[in-house]
Amino acid sequence: MLLLALDTATPAVTVALHDGTDVIASSSQVDARRHGELLLPAVDRVLAEAGLELDAVTGIVVGIGPGPYTGLRVGLMTADTFGLALGIPVHGLCTLDGLAYAADIEKGPFVVATDARRKEVYWARYADSRTRLTDPAVDRPADIADRVAGLPAVGAGALLYPETFPRAHEPEHVSAAALAALAAEKLAAGEELPAPRPLYLRRPDAQVPKNYKVVTPK
Amino acid sequence: MADSRDEPLVLGIETSCDETGVGIVRGTTLLADAVASSVDEHARFGGVVPEVASRAHLEAMVPTIDRALKEAGVSARDLDGIAVTAGPGLAGALLVGVSAAKAYAYALGKPLYGVNHLASHICVDQLEHGALPEPTMALLVSGGHSSLLLSTDITSDVRPLGATIDDAAGEAFDKIARVLNLGFPGGPVIDRYAREGDPDAIAFPRGLTGPRDPAYDFSFSGLKTSVARWIEAKRAAGEEVPVRDVAASFQEAVVDVLTRKAVRACKDEGVDHLMIGGGVAANTRLRAMAQERCEAAGIRLRVPRPKLCTDNGAMVAALGAEMVARNRAASSWDLSADSSLPVTDPHVPGTDHSHDHVHEVSKENLYS
Ligand SMILES: [Zn+2]
Repeated sequence: MLLLALDTATPAVTVALHDGTDVIASSSQVDARRHGELLLPAVDRVLAEAGLELDAVTGIVVGIGPGPYTGLRVGLMTADTFGLALGIPVHGLCTLDGLAYAADIEKGPFVVATDARRKEVYWARYADSRTRLTDPAVDRPADIADRVAGLPAVGAGALLYPETFPRAHEPEHVSAAALAALAAEKLAAGEELPAPRPLYLRRPDAQVPKNYKVVTPK
Repeated sequence: MADSRDEPLVLGIETSCDETGVGIVRGTTLLADAVASSVDEHARFGGVVPEVASRAHLEAMVPTIDRALKEAGVSARDLDGIAVTAGPGLAGALLVGVSAAKAYAYALGKPLYGVNHLASHICVDQLEHGALPEPTMALLVSGGHSSLLLSTDITSDVRPLGATIDDAAGEAFDKIARVLNLGFPGGPVIDRYAREGDPDAIAFPRGLTGPRDPAYDFSFSGLKTSVARWIEAKRAAGEEVPVRDVAASFQEAVVDVLTRKAVRACKDEGVDHLMIGGGVAANTRLRAMAQERCEAAGIRLRVPRPKLCTDNGAMVAALGAEMVARNRAASSWDLSADSSLPVTDPHVPGTDHSHDHVHEVSKENLYS
């Protein structure tokens, strides 16, 4: 097995190769505005580091968010197209699950929260690093204060709002290495992974224009 | 070339607005033109909603690539390159196409060509009427652009002579359709009503046609205001709005200015043929008036069939094939979407390093 994992749902552009046992190469760069530019060169670098070509990959794992849409789509579109060109399966994994796995907490509960911008966070509650208790959601930190009170929390969304998440700590962003390791574990256990479809959680911003503006001077 | 099989086989991806287009060409021969449009999802908003368009591109991309390959009857392995619209256009929408094109080119070991959307609109005519004359005068009119361009080599030299200073021509059609409660998009429906109306019924203004106005620039904002005011006056007086006459007179004003300036540019620059592209080129009155005026001026008119005038992947593939044929440098893997890519950049070449890299990655396919 050779998994190529990638995630662009947080400010990190992160790529990793996993051979079923270990992560054999990885790359993470944090730059929220350049996902599109950074991802393909990162894939190329990680493959070169492992001394492999893309056609050696047997499966793709991609973070499906939730995360800011423009960046999120870069990873999903790249994964989909690799899958098409190589004729290999493309699996999705919730980006928050990757962060929870990387947090390596055996006994929770705890919270994973990422930055959803517009003063909101994408978040979910976990029983431990492998067990999510709630569906990913998007909310204002103050509105979920009672639901996360007293819990440890990881992710940039938690670190950003210490009033709501006083026990926030690292990791800040998801790593493809964690995503790949989690996927490898689940696949080995015969678990079905989610389809590589984006978790947007918000409807598109689309205002129906009001009746056209009257231009005749009154 | 003696054998058309020697001509470059290129797949092109277009996502600058609301059409997910994937086209395949061999040289100047069209093999496939698959388009998935999200226009219906935008209709109730009265205009293209960028986030809705981007979501639709992500959904439609893989099926549309598949459909294009089937239609063309070629294998992805046989492609000589992947071309993609790098700009201008909606940033988020462009990025979906660029991400797909990069991943596809990389996975197949093919060179990648990030190309200009406007130059693609011109180059698509090669699929209809053969090699572009050099130089070519082009009038590009759509919901997003209205420009007069002069090109001596579509892969390296595109010069802007004039452009709209406010609304694009297609935008004016959309807005007037909205004032008349005819829905979105406005172009086709105005064209339809106008066919039954009198183009001389109402004398609407011709923007920027005074002796001191810039010769090749356009303005449709004043016209739009004037038409809206005329309609409102009718409504205020309790009279029925003669929709067909308004549509015909408005359309006549737009088309009159567009063709007048395009023909003038040809004469001034000594160019004996005119190419018209973009979604508004599907307008029947524009085609007819351009034909008349070009004939009178001894200019040969080239307008592709309507499906090639609106946004599509074949136009991107056409320009990509020309890039391959003329040995233009491929783009690098860090190619980005540029929502305001200047019209003077027909493509986005990479560095020498990345060009070498393309060969390195593609070695298996080159010899297999
Ligand atoms: Zn266009």
